[in-house]
Amino acid sequence: MQQVVKKYNNQTVVKGLDLVIPDGSFTVLVGPSGCGKSTTLRMIAGLEEITAGDLLIDGQRVNDLAPGKRDVAMVFQNYALYPTMNVFDNIAFGLLNRGFSKKDCKRMVEEIAEIVGLSSYLQRKPAELSGGQRQRVALARAMVKKPRVFLMDEPLSNLDAKLRNQMRVELTSLHKQLGTTFIYVTHDQVEAMTMGDQIVVMNEGEIMQKASPFELYQQPANLFVAQFIGSPAMNILPTDKESIGFRPEKAMLTAGSARTIQPAAGFVDHGRIVAREILGSDVLYYVSGRAGKIIARKAADELLAEGTEVTVSVAAEHLYRFDQETGRALSVAAIKQESLPSGGLG
Amino acid sequence: MQKAVVANSANAPLLQQEVAVKAGRLTKVRPYLYVLPALLFFSAFFFIPILYIIYLSVFDWSLLNLEEMEWVGWQNYADLLSDADFHQVLLNTMLFTVATVVLGIGLSFLLALWLNQKRKLVAVVQASVFSPHIISLVSVSMLWMWLMDPQYGLLNALLEFIGLPAYTWLADTKSALLSLVLVSVWKVVGYNTIVFIAGLQSIPKDLYEAAALDRSTRWQTLRRITIPMLSPTLFFLLITNTISSFQVFDTISIMTQGGPVNSTNMLVYYIYEQGMDYYNGGLASAASVILLGLVGLLTVFHFWTMRKRVHYR
Repeated sequence: MQQVVKKYNNQTVVKGLDLVIPDGSFTVLVGPSGCGKSTTLRMIAGLEEITAGDLLIDGQRVNDLAPGKRDVAMVFQNYALYPTMNVFDNIAFGLLNRGFSKKDCKRMVEEIAEIVGLSSYLQRKPAELSGGQRQRVALARAMVKKPRVFLMDEPLSNLDAKLRNQMRVELTSLHKQLGTTFIYVTHDQVEAMTMGDQIVVMNEGEIMQKASPFELYQQPANLFVAQFIGSPAMNILPTDKESIGFRPEKAMLTAGSARTIQPAAGFVDHGRIVAREILGSDVLYYVSGRAGKIIARKAADELLAEGTEVTVSVAAEHLYRFDQETGRALSVAAIKQESLPSGGLG
Repeated sequence: MQKAVVANSANAPLLQQEVAVKAGRLTKVRPYLYVLPALLFFSAFFFIPILYIIYLSVFDWSLLNLEEMEWVGWQNYADLLSDADFHQVLLNTMLFTVATVVLGIGLSFLLALWLNQKRKLVAVVQASVFSPHIISLVSVSMLWMWLMDPQYGLLNALLEFIGLPAYTWLADTKSALLSLVLVSVWKVVGYNTIVFIAGLQSIPKDLYEAAALDRSTRWQTLRRITIPMLSPTLFFLLITNTISSFQVFDTISIMTQGGPVNSTNMLVYYIYEQGMDYYNGGLASAASVILLGLVGLLTVFHFWTMRKRVHYR
């Protein structure tokens, strides 16, 4: 994608996107609602006109190519199965339109149905299937066309939590098996982190960062990515010129206000636990400190009671710094003592 | 005191049983009580009149003298079925219904497809297409009588203007029925179009997007997606249009009075003529029963043929 722009009635929803999606990758577009990720996907599919810029697939400009001619297949959020056709016809429709003979269609549909486990449901209408089965039909309909690119628009959002986890694993293994390019849109960062090998974080029509899941988590390029990726979000404490941040799991909690902390600590603050959430293996502590509200994540080995006075300390190598105005990440090494909030450096 | 307590405790289970039985009865009766008002209404204005008209159809009677009703059995039906005029009436009704329903639904479907796109003039066209529906049929008929006037009418003036010969419209046995069809179609198209547009707009957009990705041509999309998805709407219009065409009356009464030479006489107008003009109550009742039977049969036929083709979401 080269400088791709999308405007609706003078409102720019995608602002000059430059993005290369490597062949065979599993790329996830992630961002909050209205960030332009679905619009981007729909432009790739040909379902939305591109206002400006170029879209190239395998080096060929496809801006004006009809959706059916782009050799892409899409799985929609609501599956978009044809309700009046049975499963067989739903899968075969695209094949027949591509000029395959009825005999070939039958063979291909049966093969794909076998793979996704739908063989005994071919004569059923979508309304007679469960959510998970419909999802499989949608996948089969996309897979049977053997496209160059799979586009998926929040395909798991209508499934219950258990089925979603299962389908997540199935989709990643399907990607490995097929080796085709997957472009996957979601607002769910867990999906993004677990499935993608390249994640594109978007906000307000722009790319905030493009990186692997590990890099995205460890080296967020800006405040937005730092807070969007990770649950609970990174602690951000504003100072005069910049904001400092650290992940909840990197914060050490020590009961009492004594300064018995590790010498390498880059950040220290004192406060009181105002709330806690027990997640099972972990506990989240909400600490009201002098520098602001801090969330700390600890293993549930020993519990600290609400109201306990605590010292929060974070090792220097786990601190992030962001420019107050632009939100851009600054290098970690350049932390200065005076720029820290009332907590201070150890 | 002790005794009373014992007696009470012995009676308690019996009382409970009685209450339970009463409650059980009430539960059974309750649903019928709920539908009773509707049932009474339907009985008074629907079931009883139907039974009564069937009863009246086996007598020879006249509105002028209701005292003298003579039992004639199936004679009224036999007379009707052997009457050439009645055959003509049945044929006219059938032709009129088929033409009105096919044209009325076909045209409004095309119009709805066109109006369902984002165009500038859609609101104006929609309003003007729908407006005949809110005008009284009597006014519509008067208007069309003027439009179709062989000498002073606008239609012939237009034909003449583009160099075509004048048409006879309502004055000729060959063209009169067609002219009535034209008026009815003009009247019904607006309503049908609105219903079709509502149906079209309820089809999820992503189905069309999926079809575009499936390389579906416009014709394929129409045939495999739009029409099947619209089938409940289509079926509804088919039934209601058929029934209302069978019951056409106002236009005939005002524009042609069944003429010329019985060529536009149809069932309901025929019933009216027999009952009110010729005071032939028995024949009118028998013809009403035949109308009821035909409409009923057609509806059953529609339901039967469409049962697998109509897709309800």
